[in-house]
Amino acid sequence: MTAAIDVAGLRKNFGQTRALDGLDLTVAAGEVHGFLGPNGAGKTTTIRILLGLLRAGGGTAVLLGGDPWRDATTLHRRLAYVPGDVTLWPNLSGGEIIDLLGRLRGGIDAKRKDELLERFELDPAKKSRAYSKGNRQKVALVAALASGAELLILDEPTSGLDPLMEAAFREAVEDLARNGTTVLLSSHILSEVEALCSRVTIIRAGRTVDSGALADLRHLTQTSVDAELAGPAPGLAGLAGVHGLDVVGNRVRCQVDSSALDAVLRQLTAAGVKSLVCQPPTLEELFLRHYGPAPAEPVGVAGKGHR
Amino acid sequence: MNALAGTSELTRLAVRRDRILLPVWIYVLTAIVASTAYSLKKGYPTAADRASLAAGVGHNPSIAAIYGAAYSSSFGGITAWRAGLIAAIGCALMSIILVIRHTRGDEEAGRLELVGATSAGRQALPVAGLVLALAACTVLGLLIWVVCLLLGMPVTGSLALGLEIAAAGWVFAGIAVACAQLTASARAARGIAASLLGAAYLLRAVGDANPGVSWLTWVSPLGWAEELRPFAAERWWVIALSAGATVAFSALALVLAAHRDVGAGLLPDRPGRPAATRWLRGPVTLAWRLQRGSLFGWLGGFLVAGAVLGAAAHGIGALLNSPQVRADVFRYGGHASLVNAYFVVLFQEAAIAAAAFAVAASLRLHDEEAGQRAEPVLAAPVGRIRWAAGHVLTAVIGPAVLLAGLGLAAGVAYGTHGGMGSQVLRLLGAALAPVPTAWVMAGVAVAVFGLVPRLAVGISWGVLGVAALLAIVGPLVRLSHWVLDLSPFTHTPKLPGVAFTAQPLLWLTGLAVLLAGAGLAALRQRDIG
Repeated sequence: MTAAIDVAGLRKNFGQTRALDGLDLTVAAGEVHGFLGPNGAGKTTTIRILLGLLRAGGGTAVLLGGDPWRDATTLHRRLAYVPGDVTLWPNLSGGEIIDLLGRLRGGIDAKRKDELLERFELDPAKKSRAYSKGNRQKVALVAALASGAELLILDEPTSGLDPLMEAAFREAVEDLARNGTTVLLSSHILSEVEALCSRVTIIRAGRTVDSGALADLRHLTQTSVDAELAGPAPGLAGLAGVHGLDVVGNRVRCQVDSSALDAVLRQLTAAGVKSLVCQPPTLEELFLRHYGPAPAEPVGVAGKGHR
Repeated sequence: MNALAGTSELTRLAVRRDRILLPVWIYVLTAIVASTAYSLKKGYPTAADRASLAAGVGHNPSIAAIYGAAYSSSFGGITAWRAGLIAAIGCALMSIILVIRHTRGDEEAGRLELVGATSAGRQALPVAGLVLALAACTVLGLLIWVVCLLLGMPVTGSLALGLEIAAAGWVFAGIAVACAQLTASARAARGIAASLLGAAYLLRAVGDANPGVSWLTWVSPLGWAEELRPFAAERWWVIALSAGATVAFSALALVLAAHRDVGAGLLPDRPGRPAATRWLRGPVTLAWRLQRGSLFGWLGGFLVAGAVLGAAAHGIGALLNSPQVRADVFRYGGHASLVNAYFVVLFQEAAIAAAAFAVAASLRLHDEEAGQRAEPVLAAPVGRIRWAAGHVLTAVIGPAVLLAGLGLAAGVAYGTHGGMGSQVLRLLGAALAPVPTAWVMAGVAVAVFGLVPRLAVGISWGVLGVAALLAIVGPLVRLSHWVLDLSPFTHTPKLPGVAFTAQPLLWLTGLAVLLAGAGLAALRQRDIG
């Protein structure tokens, strides 16, 4: 499959500050790709380079087979963008802005627009100065999702939305993904990325630190096991790949490397299992493994599971 | 909750944010008065020189309409006549900009919410804005007092001159803080306050030019500044009018501020359309949609000013007998007819105002970029030049529309006494002649926006200010020719009354194209945002 976005060794300086320091990002056509990183890691800078708003300081960036700086205008026919901080023209209404942005891209699907307005419960007749942050974001989302573009670039698109609207957003993106739309989703809402994305790229301080299918990345972390047993399971303590073992009476809690999972389960069944909760590693744990203050014991910090 | 809690912290914050803007404004306004005084001292060294200046031009009703009347032929008196009103308008503008920026501007940007959530009271922000502006005006007045003393003017007259300028600023600080309560948009609030300043100028213009309606001068806060009459038996009690008006407007604003929601204006926000009209479909129509309101507002001002000042031209004629009048007027207009000279001055000032519109229209580009509203348009298949085109086009067409409106209105008003058709055509043509100067100023703004966007606002307005001062004050104070030539406003043919020459206009247009071209070329190459 060809890549919709192919970025290698991307660099960008703002004066003395180094915003991007050799960033790599590959998004295959048709996939929903999570773009993760803490605040200030360089997500927005990367996106602005891909949009041809900033000129890359080094490295290569290929967008839909073209040069994002030189071919900006032609490439933009094929993509739609939702900025992280949506600012709108205060004296235009939301409906006017959605129509305008759609027409700039060469037309808007009126039926789809109405459907999205309804799904996001947005009143298009309000002047945009009267909108809250979430509603401003909805305006940009409706315009982008109704555009029919083959590539969506979404920069923290749900940071102002309530949980109901977040769900509406997920549904809409899933619909588009089923129809083959490529999506680059920058976010730090990990549950959203987990729900939507097949592959993720994790960056830190302008560099890619991890990239791959979510399933593959999970192997790098540990599954948390919480079991109530019929009797003691003395063999657990000696097993390689078991961490943070916590035994209170017949209750056992620990973190297990993927490689040791089989051996741990044998020990547990041998002791007799009354109840068992096994949680796959969450993205949050993955995330904290890269960014956490103490990388040696990240799981203990993040053991709350899904958000 | 104490409604004023936090005022001193907010005032200090405002001072901190304006630590560059504020000294520059105050310095420039002081420099206008000082340089005018200094040049008048050199240009009219003897009492006889000054007496003939004051008796001639100073009492011509149409010149009085534009610059105010001269009440004294002393050195201080002609300085006050020549620089007092300009500095008072500058001071009033400073007040409006400062107050709106720190009240409605912060509120619109959402920064007020941060403040409102702290222990600051709901009247703290308007009071902080007011305190800052009143203090700035007062400092300016004191500085002007000191400068006049240093130039050897009498103590009380100098103080009165400083006070008249500061007092105009006080009143408009009060007016601005009241306007800031009316609308949800800072731009609209500034527009209302600036229109009131324009109305104040026109009221006193008509009052000064026509003895029959001289009471109109007393309706205008700028008229009060004149009526203090520095160096001519000062009427100190006039200050009470300014102070009273300042207190009244401020009190009104505080009452309004206490009774409205944060972020809301008192004038209702009309609901918008649920969908865009057919014509709102590209960057150019978007620019027109964003700028048309302000163009229509300016056009209204130009039409009123043209009609009022055109009608005032009838008052000219009785004073043609003094040879000194002719000599002094000659210096402004470069030809014999006083009426023509009057219109030359009027159209030159109108050209400066039209250039201000052109600069503001060009700087919308900077507004859009800094406000991150350029991003969604540029992320669509819209090239940077096409994005900029709509705003640049407004800056090209706007000044022509404004000056045509002014020329038409002046022609109709002046032509009511006969020769309507020919007057309208003559004045329309003369008013349109300086349009290329506005284009040059727009060109400067576009060039700076493209090359050094961070400095776009300061440099563009600074260049306009210097060019305008050279054109307004320069000829009277006999600046050398090569200095005057730096201002595009001195290059246009002095119409009506002289033969039309296209050459300087073509040069100016070419310069404007070059400047704008350089800016747009740089825009294509640089980072956005």
